[in-house]
Amino acid sequence: MFSFAGCEGCVIEFVEMLNDNYEKWKNLIDFRYAKILKGNNDLKNLDVAFIEGAIASEKDVERIKEIRGNCKKLVAIGTCATTGQPAGQRNFFNEEQKNEVAPLVEKFHQLPKVLSVKEVVKVDFEVPGCPMIDEKFIEVLNSLLKEFNVT
Amino acid sequence: MHRDIDFSIEGISKIEGHASLDVKIRQDKVEEVKLSVSEDKRFYTQAVVGKNALNVPMITSRICGTCSFAHLLCAVDAVENALNIQPAEQTVVLRKLAAYGMIIRDHAMHLYMFSMPDVLNKDSILEFDAEQQKWVKDAFKVKGVGNKLSVLTGGRAVHPTNLLTGGVNSTPPPEEVKKMIEELKGIREEVARLTELFYNCTFSLKQDTRYVCSQNDDFSYIGNSIIDSEGDSIDRKDFLDHFFRVVIPYSEAVGYELEGRDYVVGALARVNLKKNKLHRETKKTLSNFLNAFPSNDIFKNNLAQAIEIMHAVDSSIEILESSDFKKQENVKPEVKDGEGIGVVEAPRGTLYYHLKIKNEVVSDANLVIPTSQNQIRMQIDVKKTIEDNIDKDKETMVKEVEKLVRAYDPCMSCATHFLHVNWL
Repeated sequence: MFSFAGCEGCVIEFVEMLNDNYEKWKNLIDFRYAKILKGNNDLKNLDVAFIEGAIASEKDVERIKEIRGNCKKLVAIGTCATTGQPAGQRNFFNEEQKNEVAPLVEKFHQLPKVLSVKEVVKVDFEVPGCPMIDEKFIEVLNSLLKEFNVT
Repeated sequence: MHRDIDFSIEGISKIEGHASLDVKIRQDKVEEVKLSVSEDKRFYTQAVVGKNALNVPMITSRICGTCSFAHLLCAVDAVENALNIQPAEQTVVLRKLAAYGMIIRDHAMHLYMFSMPDVLNKDSILEFDAEQQKWVKDAFKVKGVGNKLSVLTGGRAVHPTNLLTGGVNSTPPPEEVKKMIEELKGIREEVARLTELFYNCTFSLKQDTRYVCSQNDDFSYIGNSIIDSEGDSIDRKDFLDHFFRVVIPYSEAVGYELEGRDYVVGALARVNLKKNKLHRETKKTLSNFLNAFPSNDIFKNNLAQAIEIMHAVDSSIEILESSDFKKQENVKPEVKDGEGIGVVEAPRGTLYYHLKIKNEVVSDANLVIPTSQNQIRMQIDVKKTIEDNIDKDKETMVKEVEKLVRAYDPCMSCATHFLHVNWL
């Protein structure tokens, strides 16, 4: 689970889903990288990476490419990751608002335009919703478990 | 031998959002502590300008997935304050319940998943051993009940759809209310056990600071006036005259001072200042643990959070048992222009919204976030933690600092908003 520009609501939604699903998932899923759950995290050789948030900075671009290079399947979760919004609302600012935030966009090496994940790397599955829709997430997760022969 | 040490923690784990820390030690002297928010900027205070005021709560909810209820309720409070909307009594009650659901969910996540691994000396809740598995069970049970209360009142647990300016979309059906009461009663034992664990935890860091929170009649979370540990009281409409943004000398971050001094908001401040207003059942069940307050030990923040979960459970049970929710008309704005303040106790402390509205459209927005109010003291305490561990190895220093930061329960998703003020 990786977070980019956004409110972290999709990861929170996932943590909420653990209330009812943890007993089942703990035997099926090896959580290798989830900063919300653990301190020791490793992004090498992942089967699946779940991405929340939009790609907003040069650093984000590097990072998402690194993750893509280390996972077999990549899933974008929530509207920020799948559409770039609402994290990327500055894309729609008027001239005055753009000028107001320009010094910050530059100082923090933010991209001129906030991007969805698929605009930067190949995305295998998408889970829509703000926050992501639980049923859709479980649908994608189950199909991935099947694909990787995890039972 | 005096040592020179530099270290960085990139992306502190088990907190809300992304924060990193750079430390520079020269000849055993801590020269620099730089706690920075490594979030991308999302510019919400600019984004709401030009938007219809009634839609703003739905937008600013997206500032933070963890405390979306706090942002939404605070925006609603500010809009209603500006447009002279008096919500129905039932609406006020449903909002109280919604905030209690948020407190149960959010504090439970923080205590079980972020802080408990430190107490039990494990990296993660995923690694709890056989004997500790009871805590894992408790975690998801307690969190789950908070989730259900959030869904019952807000429609869902993240970015609620049911809470609006002037009213609600729908009211909880009686059969669901009944079930909810039983669920809430069913976690009291778990919450008492959690409170005991944090009461017995020996982590400690004493502070010399001021504690601040908002208050009302009954220790609920929509604020009225603001009080502090020196006995001062501030009317909510005047808060901007008392709190000042300051740049922290050895850091990039901006924080807030109250009349020239650092201060701390959050569960510790609330229980310190309002413990006599806790629910009577909470006081009865947890009487052995309440003697820890008032406290100037930031690690007691975790104990205060556990007590607040019990208070939220007991207060919700009382409200639901006497409830008779009926469909009511939502209240429409009386005027189209105005200036309003919203005050909500978010899980992490007092959240303020200041909105200016012209012709039902937002013309200016200013937010003061709990994490940025705690920023100055958090940095001072980080520095002290390193000094206290100056003879230890780097790993120990990192571990101790992370423990401390977690005790504050900072929320970096929210905190990005103060940075934009800093750099402009």
